[in-house]
Amino acid sequence: MPNLSYHRPSSIAEAARLARDDPDAKLLAGGQSIIPSLKLGLLAPSAFIDLGGLPELRGVRLEGRSLRIGAMTSHAEVANSPEVRKHVPALAHLAAGIGDRQVRNRGTIGGSLANSDPAADYPAAVLGLGAEVRTDRRAIPADSFFKGLFETDLGRDEILTAVEFPLPERAAYVKFPQPASRFALVGVFVSLTGKSVRVAVTGAGPCAFRVAALEQALAKRFAPESLNDITMPADALNADLHGSAEYRAHLIPVLTRRAVTQALA
Amino acid sequence: MSLQIRLRVNNNAVTADVSPDTLLVTFLREHQHLTGTHVGCDTASCGACTVLVDGIAVKSCNILLAQVQGCEITTIEGITPADGSLHPMQAAFKACHGLQCGFCTPGMIMSAIDLVTHHEHSSEAEIRAGLQGNLCRCTGYHNIVRAVMQAAPIMGGAKS
Repeated sequence: MPNLSYHRPSSIAEAARLARDDPDAKLLAGGQSIIPSLKLGLLAPSAFIDLGGLPELRGVRLEGRSLRIGAMTSHAEVANSPEVRKHVPALAHLAAGIGDRQVRNRGTIGGSLANSDPAADYPAAVLGLGAEVRTDRRAIPADSFFKGLFETDLGRDEILTAVEFPLPERAAYVKFPQPASRFALVGVFVSLTGKSVRVAVTGAGPCAFRVAALEQALAKRFAPESLNDITMPADALNADLHGSAEYRAHLIPVLTRRAVTQALA
Repeated sequence: MSLQIRLRVNNNAVTADVSPDTLLVTFLREHQHLTGTHVGCDTASCGACTVLVDGIAVKSCNILLAQVQGCEITTIEGITPADGSLHPMQAAFKACHGLQCGFCTPGMIMSAIDLVTHHEHSSEAEIRAGLQGNLCRCTGYHNIVRAVMQAAPIMGGAKS
């Protein structure tokens, strides 16, 4: 990294201008994924634009019937936030299970979402709660945010500023962690709001995705038994040495049933 | 490009000119010669490089020095009282045989101090979960957990 530059802008506008002016620069949030990628030679940015000097990107706020979480809020802050624990305990539980304590102290929700790792936890919550991703120029509905493997709808110089989570009536997140990394081999986020059910899966595909068959069955009756006869096709699911596509496919309804049980508890 | 960094390390003000890709752990070990902080995996898995940034445990191999501009860094060298005695967590690791080869120990102790400081009354299960970010290949963890449980009430009592 001999020619790496570093900027620490003091406003979102300045950060956006720096990103616009240098196509090879990378925005830096907590750095828990980007620094390992740099060491592995998977990335060679010309510069880091560190968002760590922007306090307006940090914090949790209840706004009417939604919870707004700033992009630079750490996983530990989300896990320990009284507002999150009170209004969306499933989200606090999810944040408390990311990586390990040191990683949670540095990693951020905005960084995780912008990275869109196929096995990251937060994408399941954003999709499973039907959240809205806010940027310096627009609001992106969760359903059009995740585009593929490490790919999102964000423009190259677009800055993710916050996520707005609508408050669900019931929600739960259950993951089957890869035991060494604690990334999700498969993770399922389930929510119920009015008659609307959302089931979002992470770890099993190129990015987080919803499962219509599970949602429809649960919309008829929100109970684990509603899923007894549903199987998932393994087509196009992830396979690696930790689990085959068939194994992951099998886990999806199993974890969804567990999540529904938890949501009802 | 060279960056001027000002921060505090173990209660001393430090200024440094570094290249932007300098990791916090590189700065501590190679510039400050504080070699108590270890590099194990260099992939943010093992936790041997754990230090406190403004009192919060982080993996110093996975953070740029530039990101901690203006912060207070505490390393294993910075936790002992001025009289040279051991920090209660160090004393508990010694008393409980919470180490064998010792390589993971500085990171384990910094992580445990953060854990006990922020969660004073952790159960054994919570301590085990709280130390998930620190790997020990010798002890099997039992004595480490015992040490943390022994140190917790002493640290709590010492808190002003």
